[in-house]
Amino acid sequence: MSETILTVDRVTAFYGQIQALRGVSLEVRKGQIVTLLGSNGAGKSTTLKTISGLVRAQSGDVSLAGDSIKSLPAHDIARLGVVHVPEGRCILRGLSVKENLELGAFTVKDAATRRRRIEEVYALFPILAERRHQDASLLSGGQQQMLAMGRGLMHGPRVMLLDEPSMGLAPKLVTEIMRIIKRLNEAGTTILLVEQNARLALRLAHYAYVIENGEICSQGDAATLREDESIVQAYLGVA
Amino acid sequence: MATDEARRPTPFERLYAYLDAPNRRHTVHVIIILLLIVTPFIANQYTTVILTNALLYVVLCLGLNIVVGYAGLLDLGYAAFFAVGAYTIGILTQQFGVNFWLAIPFAIVAAAVAGVVIGAPTLRLRSDYLAIVTLGFGEIVRFTARNLEITGGASGLFAIPEPSLFGWRIDSASDFFYVFAVLAVLAYIASQRLYHSRLGRAWLYVRHDEDAAEAMGIDRVRTKLSAYIIGAIFGAMGGIFFSVNLGAISPESFSFEQSVMILLAVVLGGMGKIPGVILGAFIIVLGPELLRDLDSLRLLVFAVLLLLIMLFRPSGIWPDKRS
Repeated sequence: MSETILTVDRVTAFYGQIQALRGVSLEVRKGQIVTLLGSNGAGKSTTLKTISGLVRAQSGDVSLAGDSIKSLPAHDIARLGVVHVPEGRCILRGLSVKENLELGAFTVKDAATRRRRIEEVYALFPILAERRHQDASLLSGGQQQMLAMGRGLMHGPRVMLLDEPSMGLAPKLVTEIMRIIKRLNEAGTTILLVEQNARLALRLAHYAYVIENGEICSQGDAATLREDESIVQAYLGVA
Repeated sequence: MATDEARRPTPFERLYAYLDAPNRRHTVHVIIILLLIVTPFIANQYTTVILTNALLYVVLCLGLNIVVGYAGLLDLGYAAFFAVGAYTIGILTQQFGVNFWLAIPFAIVAAAVAGVVIGAPTLRLRSDYLAIVTLGFGEIVRFTARNLEITGGASGLFAIPEPSLFGWRIDSASDFFYVFAVLAVLAYIASQRLYHSRLGRAWLYVRHDEDAAEAMGIDRVRTKLSAYIIGAIFGAMGGIFFSVNLGAISPESFSFEQSVMILLAVVLGGMGKIPGVILGAFIIVLGPELLRDLDSLRLLVFAVLLLLIMLFRPSGIWPDKRS
């Protein structure tokens, strides 16, 4: 088995009085796609935000390749290579596609690396190359998702946190995005994928966790969970 | 629905594109420099003094533009930094007899500290709340100046000595015109370089989406604080030379109205767009002077004109493409 790159250890988090995470533990191994499944409000997004530092963990620990990143500010965590592609994509409206991508490489000091990465992103998402000078807000939902992922890749991530990349997309596009995620992973990117569409995510992932009410209630190889209809029915709903 | 039909550029857009073309920009720079050099020779004293004031506004507006236009932080108390620069010079030169040029670094440091003082507690605030706190800060500075003995209380400081440079005393109207012309040009160059710098891009991203910027490794705190500090230093530079130009300063020079006028010029001209902001500064200073013949109707007509401009050019006369 490959080494563990990201460890979340008994993390709790609160929004004011409300406890969103009640001791979440999970592991992401290098080169894998790990998926975190669960229904609305189960704590999926909060888990990602706690990893990337946008939400502070109250207790527990988050570590990257063995070093705790729990108390680092979000921008330092990003600099260490944990890239969060948030739900809703966070496209910068009014800026061009290219400028949006350049934001991803903001911390990359070497101009040659930046150029190489942008070419890689354009190769992966030809539509972004085509529309590079257009206002990013003119992109369709699927293209905006590609832009958000492309921006994350510009950063050169060690782990990419993808929050519901399929949200609001037409079924055909969902399949397209999933295919791209698979391709990214095959090219060596480690991915922690949050999804509501459990069937699709399980087809893609190596390992899966199911979260409910801020707690991990089930976990296992994606292939095993996929077979277990009761889990799919009970926790994930049927897409 | 939102098809992007090939829209014909408006006359404004064509004019701006024409002036913005890199090869023409040089010509425009040369013409402006020449105009700045000859103005004191061809203009009478009254006009020279008014234009000097306009150049002071250019410096202040370019400074506020960094905070408001580049970093997207609303500031209703910008005159405070202007005051900090002016008072530091006034106190050090007039009360302690420090040489003017030696006092400048102190004024800059004081302004930078003031920038941190207003910046640090407001980092988490947005829009309306930020407006209220900065407004309060502006008033605190003015009331402090009015109530301290060292700042001369309500009557302020007077007989601030005029500076000299290599034995040349800077005291005539045209001397000060040149001083402010140099300051405005420096502010222009600095603004230009900041716009294209790494920090300028960090401001751009933070202004558009703080969370996305942070998630991509941009330090929100440092980015915002540097906007306040740099903006404060521009304001202080204006204040430093304002104090020796007039030779007297009082708290009323740094009122809320002053802050509003500077902000008005920035918004009117086009937030984030350097030539737009400069244009705004000139309109705000020269407008009321050009309308002087209208006598008591002057400010009313000027206000209506401003309203009309904002109605027809809602994002400013010369808006920035990046916003």
